[in-house]
Amino acid sequence: MSDHVKGFSHAADGLPSAHVVGTSVDKVDGYSLVSGAPVYTDDIAAKEFPHRLHGKILRSPIAHGAITSIDTRTAEELSGVHLVLTFMNTPRTFYTTAGQGWPEPSPYDNQMFTERIRFVGDRVAAVFAETVEAAEEALHLIKVTYQEEPAVLDASDAMKPGAPLVHPENPKGAYDSAHNVAAHVDVAVGDVDAALAASDVTISETFETQYAQHVPMETHTSLAYVDDTGKMTIVTSTQVPWHVRRIVSRILGISMSRLRVIKPRIGGGFGAKQEILLEDLVAYAALRTGLPCEIELTRKEEFIASRTRHPMKIDISIGSDAAGHFKALKMYALSNTGAYGSHSLTVMSNTGSKTLPLYNKAKDVRFFGDAVYTNLPVAGAYRGYGATQGYAALETTIDDLAAKLHMDPIELRKMNMIQIGEGSPIFEALGEGRQGVAQTIKSSSLPELLALGAQTIGWEEKRGKRIRMGHKVRGVGMSMHMQGSGIPLIDMGSASMKLNEDGTYFLAVGATDIGTGSDTILTQMAAEVLGVSANMINILSSDTDLTPFDVGAYASSTTFVSGGAVVKAAKAVRNQVFAVAAEMLGENLDPILVTSEPKVEGDNDQPDPILSFYRMDNGNVVSVRSGKHVSVSDVAYRAYYEVGQHQIASTQSFVSPYSPPPFAAHFAEVEVDDLTGKVAVVNYVAAVDCGVSINPNLVRGQVMGAVANGIGYALTEEYRFSARGAMTNPSLFDYKILSRRDMPPVQVIVVDNYEPTGPLGAKSVAEININGPIPAIGNAIFDATGVRLHRSPYTPERVMNALRATQG
Amino acid sequence: MRISMTINGTQCVMDVDPDDVLLDVLRGAGYLEVKGSCHAGDCGACTVLVDGRPVASCLTFAARVDGHSVTTVRGIGDGTHAHPLQRAFVENGAAQCGYCVPGAIVSAKALLDENPEPTEDEVRLAMDANYCRCTGYEQQVEAVLDAAEQLRKEARR
Repeated sequence: MSDHVKGFSHAADGLPSAHVVGTSVDKVDGYSLVSGAPVYTDDIAAKEFPHRLHGKILRSPIAHGAITSIDTRTAEELSGVHLVLTFMNTPRTFYTTAGQGWPEPSPYDNQMFTERIRFVGDRVAAVFAETVEAAEEALHLIKVTYQEEPAVLDASDAMKPGAPLVHPENPKGAYDSAHNVAAHVDVAVGDVDAALAASDVTISETFETQYAQHVPMETHTSLAYVDDTGKMTIVTSTQVPWHVRRIVSRILGISMSRLRVIKPRIGGGFGAKQEILLEDLVAYAALRTGLPCEIELTRKEEFIASRTRHPMKIDISIGSDAAGHFKALKMYALSNTGAYGSHSLTVMSNTGSKTLPLYNKAKDVRFFGDAVYTNLPVAGAYRGYGATQGYAALETTIDDLAAKLHMDPIELRKMNMIQIGEGSPIFEALGEGRQGVAQTIKSSSLPELLALGAQTIGWEEKRGKRIRMGHKVRGVGMSMHMQGSGIPLIDMGSASMKLNEDGTYFLAVGATDIGTGSDTILTQMAAEVLGVSANMINILSSDTDLTPFDVGAYASSTTFVSGGAVVKAAKAVRNQVFAVAAEMLGENLDPILVTSEPKVEGDNDQPDPILSFYRMDNGNVVSVRSGKHVSVSDVAYRAYYEVGQHQIASTQSFVSPYSPPPFAAHFAEVEVDDLTGKVAVVNYVAAVDCGVSINPNLVRGQVMGAVANGIGYALTEEYRFSARGAMTNPSLFDYKILSRRDMPPVQVIVVDNYEPTGPLGAKSVAEININGPIPAIGNAIFDATGVRLHRSPYTPERVMNALRATQG
Repeated sequence: MRISMTINGTQCVMDVDPDDVLLDVLRGAGYLEVKGSCHAGDCGACTVLVDGRPVASCLTFAARVDGHSVTTVRGIGDGTHAHPLQRAFVENGAAQCGYCVPGAIVSAKALLDENPEPTEDEVRLAMDANYCRCTGYEQQVEAVLDAAEQLRKEARR
């Protein structure tokens, strides 16, 4: 099967037959979203709690220092104000805002409020009032005096002797706060320095990436209220409802049985919402006032005080023989985590662990790095999660090595890339902030991706030609990538499924749909196993009271990890249906086949043994032996009302030792204007392998969204700071994301294959495609001009300066 | 001050302050399909039609709409069935998180009312002020072109 429309081609040849998987069914929430239904947090707050309190946060105007006095009396007396929170009347628990697994890998360097100020935008106080206006007015009435201290505003200065210390209190989990080091990694396989010294050819470069923001269209919003039973209920725009519950429970000392977190529809996350930013405040305010409390961040706050991508400065050295066979790879990352160490260790780990195994032919490899505190905005999780920064450095340096070796960059990559049946010692040596898990590649379309991508961009015809029209010159560039599918042996998802009397099903998943469409693809997976159309299954997701556990939407985990749980739950329910059907048909069925734990792996070549006896067919159970059938609805009626009554239902969870990487090859054609330095992307190709595409329309959307965000990151998106550390462009007017007319034509090429460890052959796809634009566009600029840019974004000023520098 | 406007065909009288913006007034009156995002006219999420023309409701004083008609995304269909634009957005996978979609769809509606057979470039231009962070725009543009074709077919019937 293959499919081709303008801008999208999808090849899915040689896959097992499927009736729902592989089709672009409509999103389960599609019609609700396009009719503007009140489904986001603030809609629910406005609809259900018109008399709620509105919270506003007073934020620090200075980058570093201490609060010497704070007087909230006038603010508290203002009409309509119910509560003012500061460090003087809130719990002092140390915690991390990073919503990650347990034990938490980020340092406990955060408190609800403290007298220390660590960046412009840091929390100073919060006001809850009957109107937004009253809350804002009250902020102005809080009298604060600050003792300003020298600030660290450049990551390169952070570890220098005598540098101001951002966290002198030595937070638990920080690597060396006496030198501003939040996290440190050093992993080596072999002796990389000796291998570099012995290499015929070596290349060493440095690449710097910038501060950037996720810009979800819905800013962070949280609502908390106490329900009829006295339970604290938090409705919040989050990617991690269970981590929200765990962390808020600990900060506020509320039992998990008295704390419920509901994730409604979410207006985009991209990592920004893998963070506990407001939930502690609204819950504490609701506890103190007894009233529903809401905070909705402004766009400016989203920029200055939510989370950003870790800016990194990466030094990389590659050694190869004269023919281009890699011998040594050495990467050092200096990561700027800003004022708090959220995701500092794990993002930096991924900079190495998601990039270096792609070139597994190098036997001597070292990845090391420091994530340092500065008095700048706080970094966190961001789609790509460190790999984006790593690939910016790795893929541009490989391009320069190809030039040095006079080789085609594609050929150089092909010689050195990981292949089916191969592993890399890095997989085992480096996980997410701790030791990893050995992996062997079981599926890869990389050779096809390279060939199709090259053909589509016109690689042979255009590369090295420097086609010029007046003062504009064209070039092509490419890059190659892998990511992961969840964190092996750490990420766990679960799903509960039950049968209704009419033969439809209810599916409850912990997985967190933040707009990605995970509710839809999980429904498709269940429908595939149960032999029904997707509309026979109703899904509920992400409610800590009503659905089973899931780590949340991050690390490209949902399709693979949560999908695995859904496949298991659907199989268990199916097997229970088979057992009742066997009774009804008077046939034998070994109970072991019914009760044994369902598996996810190897469905393509080792189908479940129970399928030799019964199979599902459009709402019926068909006996393979007798050819007889009974309807699933009749099975349900019998089981619930008639004979041997019992609930047909199952809860299953999935955790995998595998994290099969999706792969991608990206190609860009650019036009560089000699006179202005402006870089225009004239064509872009993203060729992707995510295993079996469960829903091709949604796969395309994931790829396109990541590419659009990536091109913005490569060309325009950048924080600018004043000399005192304040962001000077915190608006969508001054921080430029790509608009409809800014987007170049993009061809998405998806080449499916069957990943044997994945649910129904799937791997994940969410993050990988944000990694391509910086290197692919940078390499195209190099092809067009011979100039290498070592810093993103490629703004006209930077390009112009680089062009002038080479023209002497 | 007391103003009156027609919202999705229904006459409404409201008390507003002179500095109230249309976005807040509409949401306050329960039109929660109008989504706020940047509150500065930069992103297009809050777009509604005033007398058929797209405006950023976060920058429009409600008082200026006195005597005019406002259409939100809930007002573009017949009230019972999805409008072809809404259907095309769903079928093309053009709504991911969906937060930008109410604004994007009304911008497209204004375009198609004026120009039933737009080119791709005209679609991109007409909706350029509607940012989307999820889709990379391609499937949204295709959805509008598909809906235009569908509407032309319906008009010929």
